Amino acid sequence: MVLADELAKQQRSISVAEFFEKNKHLLGFDSPTRGVITTIKEAVDNALDACEEAQVLPDIYISIKKTGTDIFRIIVEDNGPGIVPAQVPFVFGKLLYGSRFHQIRQTRGQQGIGISAAVLYAQLTTGLPSIVISRTGAKESAHRFEIQIKIETNEPDIISEKPFEWDRVHGTRVQIEFKSTMSAKKKLLEYLKYTSIVNPHARFRVELDDEAFTFERVSQEVIACPVAIQPHPHGIEFGQLKRMAAASEQKLADFLIEGFSRVGKKTAQEMCEKAGLKATAKVSGLSADQLKALLAAMQEVSVPAPLTTQCLSPIGEELIRRGPASVFSGHSFVVEAAIGYGGKLPAEGNAIILRFANRVPLMYQQGACAITQCVANVNWKIYNLSQQGLPMGPVLILVHVASTNVPFTSESKDAIASIPEIEKEIVLALQDLGRDLKLFVSRRDKNKVAEDRARAVCAIIPELAQKVSEIVEKPLVDTSPIEGKLMRKLIAKKWTKDGKITIEISNYTGYDGEISVYDISQDNAADAVPKAGFVTEVEGQFTKVWKVVVAPQKVWRVSYSGKGGGMLDVRGIEDGKKMVVDLDV
Amino acid sequence: MSKEELERQTMSSLLSIANAWYDQMKAGDIPSISLPTRTKYNIEYDDTSEVWKYGDKESLRTAATAKSATHLLKMAYVIGFVRQQLIENRSSTLREMYYISEGWKRAKFGAQDESNFLVEDLEILTEVPREGFHLRPEEDGASIYGPMRIKEMTRRGLKTIHCQDDVGAAGYSIPNNVENIEFVDHDAKFVIALETGGMYDRLIENGFDEEYGAILIHLKGQPARSTRRMLNKINSTWGIPVLVFTDGDPWSYRIFASVAYGAIKSAHMSELLATPKAQFLGLQPSDIRDYNLPSDKLSEKDVEALNAELTDPRFATDYWKKQINLQLEMGLKSEQQAFAARGLDFVTKKYLPARLSEMGII
Repeated sequence: MVLADELAKQQRSISVAEFFEKNKHLLGFDSPTRGVITTIKEAVDNALDACEEAQVLPDIYISIKKTGTDIFRIIVEDNGPGIVPAQVPFVFGKLLYGSRFHQIRQTRGQQGIGISAAVLYAQLTTGLPSIVISRTGAKESAHRFEIQIKIETNEPDIISEKPFEWDRVHGTRVQIEFKSTMSAKKKLLEYLKYTSIVNPHARFRVELDDEAFTFERVSQEVIACPVAIQPHPHGIEFGQLKRMAAASEQKLADFLIEGFSRVGKKTAQEMCEKAGLKATAKVSGLSADQLKALLAAMQEVSVPAPLTTQCLSPIGEELIRRGPASVFSGHSFVVEAAIGYGGKLPAEGNAIILRFANRVPLMYQQGACAITQCVANVNWKIYNLSQQGLPMGPVLILVHVASTNVPFTSESKDAIASIPEIEKEIVLALQDLGRDLKLFVSRRDKNKVAEDRARAVCAIIPELAQKVSEIVEKPLVDTSPIEGKLMRKLIAKKWTKDGKITIEISNYTGYDGEISVYDISQDNAADAVPKAGFVTEVEGQFTKVWKVVVAPQKVWRVSYSGKGGGMLDVRGIEDGKKMVVDLDV
Repeated sequence: MSKEELERQTMSSLLSIANAWYDQMKAGDIPSISLPTRTKYNIEYDDTSEVWKYGDKESLRTAATAKSATHLLKMAYVIGFVRQQLIENRSSTLREMYYISEGWKRAKFGAQDESNFLVEDLEILTEVPREGFHLRPEEDGASIYGPMRIKEMTRRGLKTIHCQDDVGAAGYSIPNNVENIEFVDHDAKFVIALETGGMYDRLIENGFDEEYGAILIHLKGQPARSTRRMLNKINSTWGIPVLVFTDGDPWSYRIFASVAYGAIKSAHMSELLATPKAQFLGLQPSDIRDYNLPSDKLSEKDVEALNAELTDPRFATDYWKKQINLQLEMGLKSEQQAFAARGLDFVTKKYLPARLSEMGII
């Protein structure tokens, strides 16, 4: 027997499931620690996508419980539209089964690998089937599945299926149990925090063994679900074009206009001419060579970028800055970026970089990501930031790449690949932010001069007055005229003395100050005179609000006992007309 | 001026600063204070007093920024502190005041430099030396040996001291506050201020003070304020000439300059601290040549310093030009103790008598 024959006996097709069993790292299951994050990430991605499609505000519950020495049970439950029972086994029990792979619009999940990979991983490490409960509406009953994957064939293996009493009207709950550790707990919470940043419309409740965390929603607005669009002529590849052409009954011009996005009559005509084809030719009758010529022509003719308002879901200007929509290989994308400066950010060390792709935080491989490289490539020194590779100082940089197909470096979706078109947009967005930051810092410095003066006049001069009066043995000189003369503003002062906090509002403007005084600190001000009009407590911090009217040249005062500190603000008057000074600082 | 009078004047000067601030604030104005700019660009030669003083450039400090307001507040605390010292007749060192300021909250000093600078500001404003504030400098005064009698108010009462008969071999230690010394009488023809302790001891051991009626003062390198004040007072009280005897290098010439003309840091006190009539005795560059003294080569830094002195108005005389150019030409420098190469008695028996008669002192 010849060798080839012998080899032929061993040659057989490989199941995708088998392939991934041997290549777990491609899916983000390379270590037990990462398994938890990857699973939650995949389940949360699905949940958010589903809620978006159903136009409901996502309410997602996540639980991680230790059930054995190194066995963890992970539950992710959402209030999405649910999955019809017939589909459940395929969604969770078959790799590469998904609803979104063939659509051109922005989604978090794309290939339909993620969650079934987790099911596979559970099966490999604990042998336990995964449990899925799903309900599609009030009229339908919920179904409970125990699912595994037949590794040799990549087909779902349904261990059990039965109707189930569930208190949710609609939604999906998945329970997966596998070997892992919780050593990446911090990273997990970081992931959830960042996810909640870019999904302000979602609420996350997390139970980690005995600890509970809630990431509350900040926006009540449902995100408009991205709509699928036609492929863009610049992004089409030969195989796809051939498939589309074979299935079409149309004439070439109509095929181009209707089958692709942003192609009009004129553009179609131009393409036909460039390809040397008749606009009226039947598409299905075109030869391979003619199709090749058509493909070349389609790439050559300039076509506007796809309309991103339909197919992409940016986070929005309210939260971050959006760049212009652009296109790479026919996939539209939008870069959004934001920059944070000062506040509680650490003053030393590298800037914090938050990377997101299609509203999913990227947690690993920061160094390999195009976003990081772009941040390093921008010359931040011209925006007055120090830089050693990455910018340094109290800076946070957020970059979100939204695309109908985010080009990741690998299937574990940790880092965005270096695509020149995307890199260009990221750099432009960052430079834009750099200019804004520079402006902001210089304005802030200007405000600092005003604040510095206020501090001198309101805090130090009174002390000087006290000391000088003591030296010359004369009655204490009143310094409030200096304050008024210099400031011509409404001045709010807060100080602590002998366990008593006093807030004083002096109105040196020429008109009535109708204002709200916001005092946020750990004191509840129960004994305040006058009483606060309104008090709320969040995590031990009390917000006290007094609504008052202070006539010109008059002073309003409140005091209560407590520890002081915190924050004081006056609202209802323009910024330039007020000055808030904490004398304890 | 008697001690009581000085105290009264100090108190009233200090209070006038505080009063001015009080009045400014009472009028609804931001308190401020005006001070001469204290850089070398604002140093001028005063023909009448023949010393270097601060010029007309003034800077106004207004309490309109947190920094300036804090500066004024600190000044107020120092005034308050000095006032208390004067009332209670106590004194403290600058360092002690720096530590006391720990309790001054916002007015606390960040570093001792800051408190020193502030006290100098007050000296300028009140025209009272810091000793008048009962603030003692950290640096100790040098010693003095020679035929003179002084009275000093000590903790154990008024003492009369003869600076040869009543002192040990090292001489009389100059107190920090020279204002407390009363100059009784003397039997001296001149004063020699010496840079090094070695030469000071040599002259005492050789009995030079007795033989020539000389008052010897050890400068200890760059002289302390009290040492310079002592020289100034001896010169102005008794009118006897002051001679400065240092090493023969550019740095030592600057010691002479600070004795004779004053220093930038204390230009406001020049009239009290400088002795414009002081003369340079040696060691002159020409002495290196004439006595063939053991010498070292000038370093680059030395040459730079000599060149700088050639353009310094304080050395703008024919004498200094000739000497400095000569030294640059030779490229050599010598220490005053190099005379020992010619025998331990050489300096007292040969060099000093010859040089002093050349200067017309003896």
